[in-house]
Amino acid sequence: MYVPHTFIECKYGPELVVTCTFRSSPVAGSNRVFNTPLSEQGIVGFGIGLATQGSTAIAEIQFADYIHPAFDQVVNEAAKYRYRSASHYHCGPLTVRAPYGAVGHGGHYHSQSVEGFYAHVPGIKVVIPRGPSQAKGLLLASIRDQNPVFFFEPKWLYQAAGERHTQLASLCTCMQSLSLSAGSDVTVLGYGSQIQILRQACEMAQSELGVSCELIDLRTILPWDEDTVIQSVCKTGRLVVSHEAPLTAGFGAELAATVQAECFNHLEAPIQRVCGWDTPFPLIFEPFYIPNKVRCFDAIRTVVDY
Amino acid sequence: MLYMYRKMVEIRQFEEAAGTLYQSGQLPGFLHLYIGEEATAVGVCAHLHNDDYITSTHRGHGHLIAKGGRRDRMMAELFARTTGYCKGKGGSMHIADKETGILGANGVVGAGIPLAAGAGLSAKLRGTQQVAVSFFGDGATNQGVFHETLNLAAVWELPVVFVCENNRFGMGTPQREHQRVVDIAAVRAPAYDMPGITVDGNDVLKVYAAADEAVTRAREGGGPTLLNCDTYRFRGHHIGDPGTSYRDREEVQEQERQRDPIRRLTQVLIEEVGYNAR
Repeated sequence: MYVPHTFIECKYGPELVVTCTFRSSPVAGSNRVFNTPLSEQGIVGFGIGLATQGSTAIAEIQFADYIHPAFDQVVNEAAKYRYRSASHYHCGPLTVRAPYGAVGHGGHYHSQSVEGFYAHVPGIKVVIPRGPSQAKGLLLASIRDQNPVFFFEPKWLYQAAGERHTQLASLCTCMQSLSLSAGSDVTVLGYGSQIQILRQACEMAQSELGVSCELIDLRTILPWDEDTVIQSVCKTGRLVVSHEAPLTAGFGAELAATVQAECFNHLEAPIQRVCGWDTPFPLIFEPFYIPNKVRCFDAIRTVVDY
Repeated sequence: MLYMYRKMVEIRQFEEAAGTLYQSGQLPGFLHLYIGEEATAVGVCAHLHNDDYITSTHRGHGHLIAKGGRRDRMMAELFARTTGYCKGKGGSMHIADKETGILGANGVVGAGIPLAAGAGLSAKLRGTQQVAVSFFGDGATNQGVFHETLNLAAVWELPVVFVCENNRFGMGTPQREHQRVVDIAAVRAPAYDMPGITVDGNDVLKVYAAADEAVTRAREGGGPTLLNCDTYRFRGHHIGDPGTSYRDREEVQEQERQRDPIRRLTQVLIEEVGYNAR
């Protein structure tokens, strides 16, 4: 999938295990869609270079767990190019995609959520879709965005049955957050694969506790839609944040800190974070690690009962 | 020779059993089989003692068994049981055993290479005769960390043997599509002014002879060697990959017929050494 563009446009990376793009595309041609060796630092670095010359570069990293050799290129090059060169150069046409998150049996290195590391770098954007329709629209938006975007795709969605999605033209490509349900008792905030779980927790809260939840999908975590979230929490007075990534210094910490500063007088209860545990991602213990719907439901109950 | 024969058969049996168990849904995680590549692990590890080190890959069961890993504890680890080597925490790709110097299999491609060199540096600083061996594939030789490690190991003359198992494919990408180099040792070893040897990785006797040179050199303070073993995996990259969408079925079958390391050694044992074919 690619957007026709005036300039040379390339989509490349090591083979994606989930066979999203395999080998060269018959449509685009092998000089535009191609496999690379295992060199994540090179893949991102080359992408930056391509993008500085105006090409739309879409780089794939096989699993987000493997993006770390490219960390220097992301943090020191992609994020700072425009600023340090006073806009002589920038790598806005760069998009880096990687599947992230639990897949059921991935263990240490096929399951990690790495968005927290990259949300900490001014100069890039981090976008995380919750489902196929969102992925399509948000990926197009990310590609068109004139900033380097890191696009983390929930891995398990590749194995999910499917979701009907709308025509291209009517897809929402807006990268702001989206309220999925209007509610009055508690704001429930998350992104990516966790949204499915939060939706179930909210349904449980409604049916078992009569609690009305306002579920918000952040969609973009850097920069994140503070206005929508603050408005919601000032209304409900309660916030539950959830992500699969580990608790300590996870992105939920940023959300909680900002909301408590902006909504302090409106808060009826301490903000709850329901996250992965502070351990390496386990193999057989995955079901215990994941912040599942029961843990999320418990957090909703905690803020409501406070 | 009989020892090496037995070890290769142990590996082959373990892998076939693991494959069957995985396909019946009993093993969590992923599984990457070493079938067809047994000669490399066995030929190299035959020179190693318990206190020598190895680092391995996602396709590590062969290295682990060849280095002295216990198959029962390995299998338990595959089942993610607490009786496994790593108490079931890591599964197939991360088995480690301090007693036999197995620094660990590794799910991240190339990640073990500097770890082995570090262990080698430790041995050198402590003045022991220990050797560290790092196993990796052709795909890993494109990782930056491979180049950084070989450079440093050469500069510091570390007691390390870098064993590249070139099975001609980085997952499903043929070697010619991920690097221009064909003979990895002939080209990449001189880049670091390091001795390089290339052997038929499916001939355990040839691997044994080449590893003898490399391990001895390391043990005697002569520095590192890049040992490139040309081999072939008979199954797919992992269970779930038939291995024929990017390879000709005929090529796979030809390899199995002509280059099975166990069958080759069997022939030698029967014809040259005089064992009975039983």
